[in-house]
Amino acid sequence: MNRIRLFDHLVLMFGVFIMVAPVVVAFMTSTHEAADIHRNGLSLTWGDHFAETYDKVLTRKGGFTGEITGARMIWNSMILGVGFAAGKIVLSMLAAYAIVYFRFRLGTLFFWMIFTTLLLPLEVRIVPSYEVMNKLALTNTYTGLIVPLLASATGTFFFRQFFKSVPEELLEAARIDGAGPFKFFIDVLVPLSRTMIAAIFIIMFVYGWNQYLWPTLMTTDERFFTLVRGIKQILLVWVGSNIPDYNEAFALAILAMLPPVMIVLIFQRWFIKGLTESDK
Amino acid sequence: MKRVQFSSPYLPYLFIAPQMAIIFVFFYWPSVQAIQSSFYLEDPFGFGSTFVGLSNYVDALGSAQYQSIARFTVVFTALVTFLSLGFGMLLAVKADAVLKGSSTYKTLLIWVYAIAPPVAGLMGMMFFDQHIGPLVKFAALFGWDMKVGLNYNDTAFAMIAVSVWKQIPYNFIFILSGLQSIPVSVREAAAIDCRSGVRRFWTMTLPLLAPTAFFLLIINMTYALFDTFGVIDVMVKDKAANNPITLVYKVYMDGFRGNDLGGSSAQSVILMIVVFVLTVFQFRFIERRVHYN
Repeated sequence: MNRIRLFDHLVLMFGVFIMVAPVVVAFMTSTHEAADIHRNGLSLTWGDHFAETYDKVLTRKGGFTGEITGARMIWNSMILGVGFAAGKIVLSMLAAYAIVYFRFRLGTLFFWMIFTTLLLPLEVRIVPSYEVMNKLALTNTYTGLIVPLLASATGTFFFRQFFKSVPEELLEAARIDGAGPFKFFIDVLVPLSRTMIAAIFIIMFVYGWNQYLWPTLMTTDERFFTLVRGIKQILLVWVGSNIPDYNEAFALAILAMLPPVMIVLIFQRWFIKGLTESDK
Repeated sequence: MKRVQFSSPYLPYLFIAPQMAIIFVFFYWPSVQAIQSSFYLEDPFGFGSTFVGLSNYVDALGSAQYQSIARFTVVFTALVTFLSLGFGMLLAVKADAVLKGSSTYKTLLIWVYAIAPPVAGLMGMMFFDQHIGPLVKFAALFGWDMKVGLNYNDTAFAMIAVSVWKQIPYNFIFILSGLQSIPVSVREAAAIDCRSGVRRFWTMTLPLLAPTAFFLLIINMTYALFDTFGVIDVMVKDKAANNPITLVYKVYMDGFRGNDLGGSSAQSVILMIVVFVLTVFQFRFIERRVHYN
């Protein structure tokens, strides 16, 4: 029995190695100088240029227009992540509330129209979506970056499922006490959903922060670049140079993964709950 | 639906209006446009368009390039799906089996989920870099002269490796939570009846996991088809010519680089049909899972 357990641990450790090592190497390498990396390859040891490199990528103006800094891109990513998560929660809680707690004629039709959005991911309708944004003059705006991503039903389904599991007696009791639809929503349903809101916020923040294709299409003005969207630019600048700035590229990669990774690690329980119960 | 409900002539509409408005403008409008423009040939200089019926579809499906990209997409999707599902399941089964350190392994294994595909792609580029990449050096030990970005098969290999790496945590989380929901009584009964762990896995664990695994199969296929866009875009670095790309990437290339709106839309519609079929499968199945729970 013991021998088998040892084998299990070996498999798991190997798995952990495969998953963790690349990121550790990326981080360690980012603390070396570019020329050093060019000569000696990737590194597993600390390189003493941490402050220098990270200060440079965060504050030095770069890009084609010389307008964008790493800090600015982090800020934009933050706006996208938080704006998307918050927008998603507000929209989908309201819609789910209407669907579950009200009887109205078009309810079923609306439900199916929302449901249909699950069938077609953004990737298959990118070109026409872009055209629509152009017509609405929403390219290179935060609205254009965030709002179209909200057009999917994932959150609505999550809250619909949750509201359906809320005991009927609560509504009966609230109505006997004279609570109207607004009061019931704000004083009963929202406090009850707190864990759910936290869980979905984490999932949606990570999703928003990690968006790539949509920001790539929507933002041509570098002031609106998110960190994840800026990655491609880093590589393009790289192609022409003699000794590529490996250290800076790695540093930006680390910065781009840091916030979502931290959130997943810190709120691990809520994250897993949100993920496995919302079925994406 | 609830037995007790509010009734109000306008409130539900008020609550659902923001969601519906966004869906109409950013989902239905573009989707209808995609279908519409797939039947038209757009003038490259923007002077109107002519109705061409199904010829955009015929052109797309008939072209040798499209067919070879479609073939690659199928191979890519199959490999990414099965490898990430396989590794995820292996690790989940092991993490479920060990008594000590299970939650530590869990924490260490899930966080890669939070890394964006293009960021994973960027890291992949450096690990497979011709000068500094340790994986290229490792391959050289076996006499494999890996040229990612130049050699079609090597690039495909690197793309698949990165995509699988990023997706393992997702599968791991779902399978582990599926395993942990198997009642202790069932496990104990199985342990009494059958001493072989391997046989228990095939005859007890796997059938109980089947719903989760099937759900993950669909999710992984959608991941491989669409979410890997970032990995591919970063790894081909604008030199798609000799490099492997998937169908979604071709939609993007034709629409934005080639300015072939009609052709790109026709390809979009073809993909829509593929996703539609996949999703219908998924929902039929999710209903069943909910039923059994």
